[in-house]
Amino acid sequence: MKKDLKRYSGVIVAIIAFIAFIVFLPVWRTKAIVSIVFQTKTMLLVIPPIFILLGLLDVWVPREKMIRYMGAGSGVKGGVLAFLLGSFAAGPLYGAFPFAAVLMKKGASFTNILIFIGAWSTTKIPMLLFEISALGPRFALSRLAIDIVGIIVIAFAIKAVLPKKEVARLYAQAETID
Amino acid sequence: MDAYLLYGLAVVGLVLSLVKDKTKTTTALKKAWKAFEGILPQFLTVLVLVAVALAILDTATISRFLGTKAGIWGILGASIIGAITLIPGFVAFPAAAALLAQGAGATQIAAFVSSLMMVGVVTLPMEIKYFGQRVAILRNVLAFMFSIVAALFVGWMVSL
Repeated sequence: MKKDLKRYSGVIVAIIAFIAFIVFLPVWRTKAIVSIVFQTKTMLLVIPPIFILLGLLDVWVPREKMIRYMGAGSGVKGGVLAFLLGSFAAGPLYGAFPFAAVLMKKGASFTNILIFIGAWSTTKIPMLLFEISALGPRFALSRLAIDIVGIIVIAFAIKAVLPKKEVARLYAQAETID
Repeated sequence: MDAYLLYGLAVVGLVLSLVKDKTKTTTALKKAWKAFEGILPQFLTVLVLVAVALAILDTATISRFLGTKAGIWGILGASIIGAITLIPGFVAFPAAAALLAQGAGATQIAAFVSSLMMVGVVTLPMEIKYFGQRVAILRNVLAFMFSIVAALFVGWMVSL
């Protein structure tokens, strides 16, 4: 109980701040309420399938398989797989983080995890089709092309500057997800 | 549209899993719940942050900003707004298209769209929980800088 209270202390502070915000700043009151309702709906809609999928992944995909396909020795194939996995995903970026943690627990390499997150954030296929129809193929496809470069550059840059100790700490932390 | 795909995958996965092994499926669902409960505090905090950010920076405000400010400051401003807000693509793209039609620069719009998708200031609490402060902040800073580069590239491609 006490532990729970501590875990939720940030939420309690945020909710108090939010109430203060809508009480003292009536200009933004309606918009704030509309947007919190909208965001809650989005999250409630998107979250159940993402977590069910990560539960299934955790139970059904053996660690050896994951290491073989996306582990440190998986090379370009592992990177491509991570990229495709992220691109075929759906839902907002915050859905990618718990998913990535399960991939880490299963032994995917850190570079591949970063590629997965990059792909999830910006090269999702359903969104791309939508972007083409809204902003035109020239806009959407040139953005896709530069994004693929960016995802790889960012992944390798983070991997390069991050101390091995920190990577090991993150993997140990992912290990505790049960 | 996004959600249907996810639900489709989850349902197919669940049914296959149930047919193959009932106990394993129960374990999977238990794990799903535990993983969800583990991140719930961060989720709720993010929810509040997003609501406030979007109340202040609603679509109309964003449109005004992206529509009028041109040049490098416009690009920078567009990236900053994109970094702070969290708008689903199906809302952002039509809005961006309308702005383009009204004469906003493709570079500014690309900066906004790119940082909107890659940078998540309000979702940092969640990212930090899984990836630690170092990775989370580094990733967001790099993604922010990259979204400006991407915008310049897209702007140039569109102008050709």
